[in-house]
Formats: sequence, C-alpha cells, structure tokens
Amino acid sequence: MDWFFQQLINGLALGSIYALIALGYTMVYGILRFINFAHSDVLMLGAFAAYFLAPMAARLWPLPSYSGALLVTLLAAGICAVIGILIELLAYRPLRNRPKLTVLITAIGVSLFIEYTCQHRAVFGAATRPFPKLLPQHDFQLAGLALNSNDLVVPLTTLILLAALWFIVQKTKIGTAMRAVSFNHQAAALMGVSINRVISFTFGLGSALAAVAGILYALKAPGIEPLMGVQPGLRAFIAAVLGGIGNLPGAALGGLVLGLLETFAGGMPAISNYRDGIAFAILILILLFRPAGLLGKAQVEKV
Amino acid sequence: MKKLHVPYFLMVGVCALLLTSGCKKSSDEGGGGGGGGGAVIKVGEFASLTGKEATFGTSSHEGTQLAIEEINAAGGVLGKQLQLLTEDDLTKAGEPATVVNKLISRDGAVAILGEVASSRSLEAAPICQQNKIPMISPSSTNPKVTETGDYIFRVCFIDPFQGTVMANFATKTLKLKKVAIFTDVKSDYSKGLAKFFKEGFTKAGGQITAELDFNGGDKDFKAQLTAIKGSAPDGVFVPAYYTDVALICIQAKQLGLNVPLFGGDGWESDQLVKIGQDAVEGNYFSTHYAPEVATDKVKNFVAAYQKRYQGKTPDAMAALGYDSAMILADAMKRAGSTDGPKVRDALAGTKDFDAVTGKITINEKRDATKSAVILQVQGGKFKYLETVNP
Repeated sequence: MDWFFQQLINGLALGSIYALIALGYTMVYGILRFINFAHSDVLMLGAFAAYFLAPMAARLWPLPSYSGALLVTLLAAGICAVIGILIELLAYRPLRNRPKLTVLITAIGVSLFIEYTCQHRAVFGAATRPFPKLLPQHDFQLAGLALNSNDLVVPLTTLILLAALWFIVQKTKIGTAMRAVSFNHQAAALMGVSINRVISFTFGLGSALAAVAGILYALKAPGIEPLMGVQPGLRAFIAAVLGGIGNLPGAALGGLVLGLLETFAGGMPAISNYRDGIAFAILILILLFRPAGLLGKAQVEKV
Repeated sequence: MKKLHVPYFLMVGVCALLLTSGCKKSSDEGGGGGGGGGAVIKVGEFASLTGKEATFGTSSHEGTQLAIEEINAAGGVLGKQLQLLTEDDLTKAGEPATVVNKLISRDGAVAILGEVASSRSLEAAPICQQNKIPMISPSSTNPKVTETGDYIFRVCFIDPFQGTVMANFATKTLKLKKVAIFTDVKSDYSKGLAKFFKEGFTKAGGQITAELDFNGGDKDFKAQLTAIKGSAPDGVFVPAYYTDVALICIQAKQLGLNVPLFGGDGWESDQLVKIGQDAVEGNYFSTHYAPEVATDKVKNFVAAYQKRYQGKTPDAMAALGYDSAMILADAMKRAGSTDGPKVRDALAGTKDFDAVTGKITINEKRDATKSAVILQVQGGKFKYLETVNP
C-alpha cells in the first residue's frame, strides 16, 4: 500500500503542474477559440526570467526563502504577462478576423520562433543550466511515505491560482467582460466592451500563469533549457482537452488525471517503457466516450 | 474543412523545423595559419556543442582542436596543414546525418571525427561508410557503432567491457548483492550498457531487483524511482547521460532512496555536479582516463590543455577527442595519402599508439582495447578510485 500512496503523491505533484499549465491553454481557448501553442514557450521564458532574477532578488532577501521566491515569481510573472500581451499584439491581433486556421498556424510559428531564437548562443544557448534553489526544501517521512516540501507547494499553488482565476472570471467586471467576449465578440463590442483590452488581459493573465508553472516545474527538475516547455506543454494541452477545453476546473482535473495516469504507468516495472503509450491510450478511450472532455459540454458547431 | 487541420499544421511544423535546423554552422579554423586553397587537408568534425549533452561535444571538440593545432605547429601532415571543420549537431537526433552529409559532399572532408553519444555516431556511420570516408568516434562505446562497416573506428573501449567493469566493481568493491537498473530507452548507449552490466552482474552472483525505463529528456522520474525503491536494492545502476542523471539523483534523494547510484562514462561532466549538487555526492562512475593518473603523456596533455583553455582541466571526452585526431594524423602519415581506402587500411593497422588515454591498438573489430578507471564524486569533484585493465 505504501507504494500506492507514494505514487499517488508523485502523480498529484506532477499532475498539478500540468493542471496549472492547462489553465492557460483553456482560458485563451475559452475567449478566442484557438490554441495558443506559444504558451509552453512562455513557460520556458518564465523559468529563465526567474533564473536571471534570482541573483538580483537574493540581494534583497537571501534565497532560498519563501519571500524571495515570491518576489522572483511575481516579477517573472509580470515579465511573462508583458511578453504574452506582446505576442498577441504582434502576431495574433492582425489576424483576428482571418480564418481560425491561420491563427493556429501562426501560433505554431510563434512557438518555434521563440524556441529556436532562445537556443541561439547569443540568447540563452541550448545547454542545460542549473536552476537556483528558490524555496527551502525539506524532505518529510510520513508513515513510510517520502514527501518533499515541493510536492506540497505545487498543488497548493495550483489550487490557490485556480480559485483566484475562478474569482476573476466569475466575480469581477473584467471577468464578466471576458465571458461576454467568449460568447460573442461582436455583441460584446456593441455593448461597449473593449475587446482588445479584454483579450490583452486574457493573454497577460494566461502568460503569468505559465510563468508560475515554469518556475514550479524548474524547482522540481532544476535543469532548464529552451526546449523545456515542449513536453509539459503538450501534456497540458492534452489535459485541457481531456477536461473539456474552455472549462477551467476541467483543465485542472484533466491535468491531475494525466499526471496520475503517467505516474502509475511509469511505476510498473517491465512496462515503464510504455508509460506515455498507456497514458495516452486511456485518454483516447475517455475521449471516445466523452468527446467533449470530462467536464466539457457538447456544443453544436455550425460549419 | 475541419478535416484539413491536422495535415496542414503538421506540414507547417515540419517545414519550420527544417528551415530552422537546416543550416547552423560553426567552423573553427585549425589555427597555426593553415595555408590557403588546396594546401590544406580538410578534416570534418561533428559534435554536440549545444543542447542537452553540450559539455560532451565541447570537451571533445576542445581536445580535437588542441591536437590539430599541435599537429600543425609540428609541420602538419604530408607537408600540408590540417583544417578542422566543425559542425554542431545540437544534441538532436536527425542532425548528425545532415551535418555529416554536408561535411563530406559540400566541404570535401577526407575524414570524419565524432561523436560522443553512440546514437548520434550510429547516424553518421552509414554515411561515412557509403562514401568510403574513414570515421573515428572518440568516445562512442556501443558495439554497434563500428559494426556499421570497415571504415568506422573508435579510440575508446566498448560497453561489454565497461558493463563488466561496473558489474565487478559493484560486486567486489561495493559488495552489492541486489541492484536495480534504470535505463534511458531513447539511447543506444544506455540500453547496451544496461544489458552488459546485467549479464556481468548476474554472472557474478548478483540479483537484479527491478528494471525500469525512462525517456532521455524526461524531468519527472519519481514514478520509476518509487518502484525501484519498492524493490529494495542495495544500489542502482543508471547508465545515462549527465543531465538526466543529475535529476535522477535529486529525485532519488527526495524519495529517500539512500543507496549508491552508479553508471558509465556518460556521467562525466561538471554539469553533473552543478545541477545535481549534493544529491550526486558519493556516487560512482566508470570512464576512460583520470587526469590524476600521471604518466608523462597525461601530464603534458593536461598542461597544454590548461594553457590553451584558461586553466580548464580536461575530462575524458577531451582526452579522447585529442587522441582521435592524433591517431588520424598518424594513420595519414603512415598511409602517405589522404585517400579514404588507404587511410582506412593504415588506421586498421594502428598498433601500440602512445595516446593520452593509454596505449591504443585497433583490433579486428576496429575498436580500441584499453583500460577503464572508476571515479567517485567527492566534494563536488571527481576523485580517482581505481584502474581496471581488460
């Protein structure tokens, strides 16, 4: 049984990172109905921002410490929010009224552009860099289970951010505007909602979330490189689809399910090789029976 | 309309990949004022200068470059200067084939030096074989590399030997009885080494408690490590490359898996300690040479290397890179030509060549028969423990 609970902890810790990334995908999809593939690269930029900010922040608050980590994370989130807004402004906004496919392909282009620009030696270079310790780390032993403080910080952060996001979307004025835009751009514009501002805000918020996820991911595996976002990004995208794309709690749930599936499949000797194969086969099965995702609502789409 | 989405975006993705990765070039001149035009001998080198295994390629390249500079300073080969053409393969599958093709067909390299990682050497080997261009891998240890054909050589030992060395070390020195193996299924090197370790260890009476796999580049290993911990081993054999190894050590420690981890020459990089920090402390690995083992040849090499590269101590990849270029120059001199088949024959006849990493004799399988050393991570440095002869 120890084995089972240990894997449960591992899976939840991994799944909550996927969940956090998936929130960003699903939010942008909810408003604009397209997948922002550059999201996973903003995640990488968040980790790199923290990497460069950490030595400066360490002068104010010695690292590792919670206050120092919070400062670094907030600054990195701010930087990434600006980057996200710029990406939307430069790459997506000019294509707003073009077919969705055009924007989708542009998103892939933006993603590859960021990845390969950052791999250039004048930018970050492609080599793996050691990520600084931002948080004090403790290892606990609890009834035979090994628990790391990070494994607690990650799900907790995800939960708090999910709640904050839900509050913003459901209870604030800008959130109401976001929902209005997501229903119908033109109608919202006629009602006096500034579409551009709402979309910029959505991108900023999503990118800030990506930065936080990037930092948490880098704390878990402290080696960062320009392609570090690709794998978790893909997983999170799938998690968002699994949970029902456009649905915030669904994205979080999808992330957790995917993390658990991967962990349990990976923990079986002899079949650990097929970890991703098993996890994704189960996902296909789930989607066969619930095509709109776990929490998604089936929609009739006019073609 | 809907149906078109997937193929389109795959196509665009692939095109963009081709465009961005097609033409990265970084060439270093061989130094020492190599004359112009046809008066030089072009030697091609491909290495992972950037990417996940960047320190391998960088070390190997620095060693190779130092050798070429020394050869040129001593008058070159056959009255000509050597020109080293270096291509970066970005530590990425698919890239070695592209850059080696370019080196041979466009740049006219007469011989190819590279790579460290077996999977990438295996990609380039068939191309060199087809073109009858001799290729010397400095440090790819998987047996399959030279089995590709009679133009492919290496100056290091191979994994059946390295696996046995670590199996003996585990049973005799560490006195381990039960060991788990954690393999990178993406890497030919890792799979080969795991297999030979397992054979050696079970033959010596040891027991393998669990065999788990990961994909090189993964960041989360806790699922597999939990299963390994559940099998209660006395030690874990991790035949992988340093970036993955560092993360594995960190997460093993977090899970309370407090047994020695050990592996092969893929561990040797200062990045192992930089990323892994205290988590890699006390672990062991086998490699090709230790700068502490002071023969005159090693001393001279370490001094020259430190002078050339701002005090940096050469690791095994640097030493092997150096040896690969030296052996090539020696073979060209003996062949009296840079013609592929002639250089090949001369290389195959290499006997008792006095190299930094020991005396090199190329055997009938075009591999070098050499001794291995075992190092331990102590205080963030690699400490020499013992030498194992074949």
